Amino acid sequence: MSGLALDVTMTVNGETVVERVEPRQTLVDFLRDNLGLTGSHVGCEHGVCGACTVRVDGEIVRGCLMLAVQCEDAKVETIEGLSDSGEVADLQLAFAERNALQCGFCTPGMITAAQELLAKGGVPSRDEIREHISGNYCRCTGYHAIVDAVEAVAQEREKARGGAGK
Amino acid sequence: MKPAPFAYKKARSLDEAIALLGEHKDARLLAGGQSLIATLNMRLSAPTLLIDINGIGGLDRIEEKNGAIEIGALVRHAQAERSDMIAKRVPLIARAMPHIGHAAIRNRGTLGGSIAFADPAAELPACLMALDGEVEASGPRGKRTIKSQDFFTGLFETALGPQEMLTAIRIPLATADTRVGFAELARRHGDYAIVGLAASARSDGKGLKDLRLSFFGAGDTPSRARKAEIVLESGDVDGAVAQLDLDPHDDVQATAAVKKHLAGVLLRRVAKQLMEPRA
Repeated sequence: MSGLALDVTMTVNGETVVERVEPRQTLVDFLRDNLGLTGSHVGCEHGVCGACTVRVDGEIVRGCLMLAVQCEDAKVETIEGLSDSGEVADLQLAFAERNALQCGFCTPGMITAAQELLAKGGVPSRDEIREHISGNYCRCTGYHAIVDAVEAVAQEREKARGGAGK
Repeated sequence: MKPAPFAYKKARSLDEAIALLGEHKDARLLAGGQSLIATLNMRLSAPTLLIDINGIGGLDRIEEKNGAIEIGALVRHAQAERSDMIAKRVPLIARAMPHIGHAAIRNRGTLGGSIAFADPAAELPACLMALDGEVEASGPRGKRTIKSQDFFTGLFETALGPQEMLTAIRIPLATADTRVGFAELARRHGDYAIVGLAASARSDGKGLKDLRLSFFGAGDTPSRARKAEIVLESGDVDGAVAQLDLDPHDDVQATAAVKKHLAGVLLRRVAKQLMEPRA
């Protein structure tokens, strides 16, 4: 490790992590290589494909466009955390039931992005769903099944909240 | 690809950031990083130091000051998108916002960063130009104001000096007679535009005055089409399209001829928006 390395402390999926990192290491590489959290995927590495989508301080970000050193004191959540807590269990089930994934490479990013939209509450229109996941490439499904799955979960959650849905 | 090695320093104050810029000739400022880190990853840029300005207090405000809206350098796109003040007083920016990147990019990217980066295909530099806005630059000798028409000097080049930092942008408040228009064509929603148009004008109920047509993706900097502005002010949309004074060049997205044609298509759409009675 070069003399440029810095210590960084952050919370990842609820656990405090202290690591020495090179400034040039991106957040997604840090999560995968240092912490073994390989659910966040590395695709284009320049912010286009969305496979590296993770949550930092409650908002989705590109894991390839943020440096690990920038996450000092930040709260980072990956698909492993969202999955273990059960927060996206219904989305995962809906994706499986509707064939909203084939190879699965985009799925962690897709579900993390969709969850941000659904967490706002209400039932978004199909156009709003498409707009929100427009930064996440899927090369298998053609997106229809993904939009179906997200829409179905939005309606189920609305029903569970006691709303009528749209 | 992975970035070349660089050092990282988190500036705690504006003075510290400016001092660091003075000490390190090839340092870069890191705000939202949504363009900068992509260029580092592709090794299009290899600075020796990144100065992270995200910890500097007071730069994340949207405020009304002296007849203008002042947007601090660290205001993120998502914050501007949610702002009632921007929706009411700077409607052109509100209209452009959904076209900028994608949700995850808008959570991090900043308005100031987009303007300082001066990508010729980006929405905000063109909006700033259409709105006759200005940039506040801070350097070792204090603050100065740069008008938008003097700010964008070339391809990814601005009037900022080597030791200056953009600290805010200021945009005159919209009034009852303000009309704005915005349209762009991109291969995928949220991607950089093939060509786009941001426009503002005043309407006296009969026609348009003080029209500013600011195209992006059509040159090295945001480009005003001054001849077309005059023709469109007279109400002649066909004439404005026919006399559109724009000189785009070929890029990876489209040829100059295609861009010129699309610019005419956008001009018709935006003209319609400008001439609609305001709700």
